[in-house]
Amino acid sequence: MALLDVQNLSVSFNTNDGVVNAVNDVSFAMDAGQTLAIVGESGSGKSQTAFAILGLLAQNGMSSGSVKFQGKEILNAPLEKLNKIRAADIAMVFQDPMTSLNPYMRVSDQMAEVLIHHKGMSKTEAIAESVKMLDAVKIPDAAARVRLYPHEFSGGMRQRVMIAMSLLCKPKLLIADEPTTALDVTVQAQTMTLFSELQSEFGMGVILITHDLGVVAGFCEEVMVLYGGRVMEQGPTDPIFATPSHPYTRGLLKAIPRVDQLNAELDTIPGSPPNMLQAPKGCPFEPRCQYAQEDCVQSLRPLTEFAPARKRACNRELEELV
Amino acid sequence: MSDPLLKVENLRVSFHIKSEGDMPWTKPRELHAVGGVDFELKQGETLGIVGESGCGKSTLARALIRMVPGSGNVVWMGGDNLLNVSKSKMMNYRSEIQMVFQDPLASLNPRMTVGQIIAEPLRTHQPNLGNAEVKERVKKMMQQVSLLPNQINRYPHEFSGGQCQRIGIARALIVEPKLIICDEPVSALDVSIQAQVINLLMELQRKMGLSLIFIAHDLSVVKHISNRVMVLYLGKVMEVADRNDLYDNPRHPYTQALISAVPIPDPEIERNKEIILIDGDLPSPLAPPSGCVFRTRCPKAQAICATTPPALDPQSDQETHLVACHFT
Repeated sequence: MALLDVQNLSVSFNTNDGVVNAVNDVSFAMDAGQTLAIVGESGSGKSQTAFAILGLLAQNGMSSGSVKFQGKEILNAPLEKLNKIRAADIAMVFQDPMTSLNPYMRVSDQMAEVLIHHKGMSKTEAIAESVKMLDAVKIPDAAARVRLYPHEFSGGMRQRVMIAMSLLCKPKLLIADEPTTALDVTVQAQTMTLFSELQSEFGMGVILITHDLGVVAGFCEEVMVLYGGRVMEQGPTDPIFATPSHPYTRGLLKAIPRVDQLNAELDTIPGSPPNMLQAPKGCPFEPRCQYAQEDCVQSLRPLTEFAPARKRACNRELEELV
Repeated sequence: MSDPLLKVENLRVSFHIKSEGDMPWTKPRELHAVGGVDFELKQGETLGIVGESGCGKSTLARALIRMVPGSGNVVWMGGDNLLNVSKSKMMNYRSEIQMVFQDPLASLNPRMTVGQIIAEPLRTHQPNLGNAEVKERVKKMMQQVSLLPNQINRYPHEFSGGQCQRIGIARALIVEPKLIICDEPVSALDVSIQAQVINLLMELQRKMGLSLIFIAHDLSVVKHISNRVMVLYLGKVMEVADRNDLYDNPRHPYTQALISAVPIPDPEIERNKEIILIDGDLPSPLAPPSGCVFRTRCPKAQAICATTPPALDPQSDQETHLVACHFT
């Protein structure tokens, strides 16, 4: 049985300007200990996919489809049930560690709260456990620092506090939403190394949401590429980077400057990402795609398997993309 | 040999910090944001400035055009020291040096149309130009940065992030400056838009013979666009070298760690490469370490590093490669 099985997940928002279909028909499954990357630009629906899984959508959001965690349906489950799963089984690390920690509470109190609620520990036990976890994420002098407030930590340290907090109940699945985007490269390297160590120690599954293909290359086994709320390409990391099968993935890989290479000019993807209020009927990438033909405006083929474990959604055959 | 466009010597910027609870007569503490930076910028050259957040890259750039007060010498084309000239004279120099900012939307006035925004520097620096001519030049500029001239009456919120950054670039270029200071111009943009803006900047630079000071924390972007690269740490220069020298053969331990930490979008290379991890965080600039500022995190640090700050010296085998470290 898969740890997490997501089938045809769709998310839409009712706004004053109309209905926005932020995520359309996303399906994936992952096993314990696996790492999956969800890659996409802003507005591609990567964060909303994660929020929908945990039932954290905004008030005007609606999700449909199915999300099974260890065989049990959790999509749109009642709050009581969700609250038992959140943090205990599925934990989340958010992008901005400053805004996601409570500035009025000491780190010790915020961390203890999780354990008191889920494990029924006493406060002293809970704080002792929190200190252990802060040690595990390599915060020096954790026993003293646990008494501090979030603003007394640096950005990288705060992100460690967030990670420590998410690991308190030893979750089976960790969703990390752009965990290193706000950090410097040296701190990013520290954080990602920490993630891999903790993952092998606790054996949890990780969903990493990011736009940084370099981080994906180093850390993830599976990749899902989102664009305009749809999955463009899905499969194991190595072949996707070696032979990307979708024009968008290809464009993206060529458009990023690399520190180990030197190109005279970067290949660009013309145009800009779609406005989701006027979501295109066919392929969302059609206006920017050099291989687009008339049929792309009207419809997009569903995600289909074209090689073992690899799926793509594109109206053009692989041979046509030269 | 002609004079360099900009020659900076011993540029320092300090801020006075008053802490909470200080008495009115307590002397404010000094924070040295930029501590004695020297460099030269030739015409048509791009200097990349990299470093972690809080290392003083933006303050350095702002001090050059007196947006923050600094001391030292900033010599413009072998003539005036920009930090000493009178305010009215500085005004003239401001049309030679323009700036492009990080957040494209926040740096545009939401109540002005695109046409007004782009025309504003022109109206300030060349007030006797007629309306028709201003409009003509704005339209021409918009074309050069690939904006449609018929969008001249629209407001910033109607544009995407990438387009807003193009507006920012057009505003900087309209007075035909010689130098543009770009402060993280692409870090707020999506990956697929970044490449467009970088290419645009490089193309305009070629066409107009501009010099660029390009500040970014993304080392891959800086590598792509720069001729020379300067690495800052806590307001001090750690290493300056030509682009290829710096990236192929970084000599300062900090530069080595920085470059090794940049993720490479290739699974095979990325998984097998060795990352030089540096522990800990940036020390507080209010209490910088004695001697070499990097010593608290440096894998090579010895006793001498705590006592003597290393000088930024050219390497014996490479005149243009300057490193501030006792062990190179």
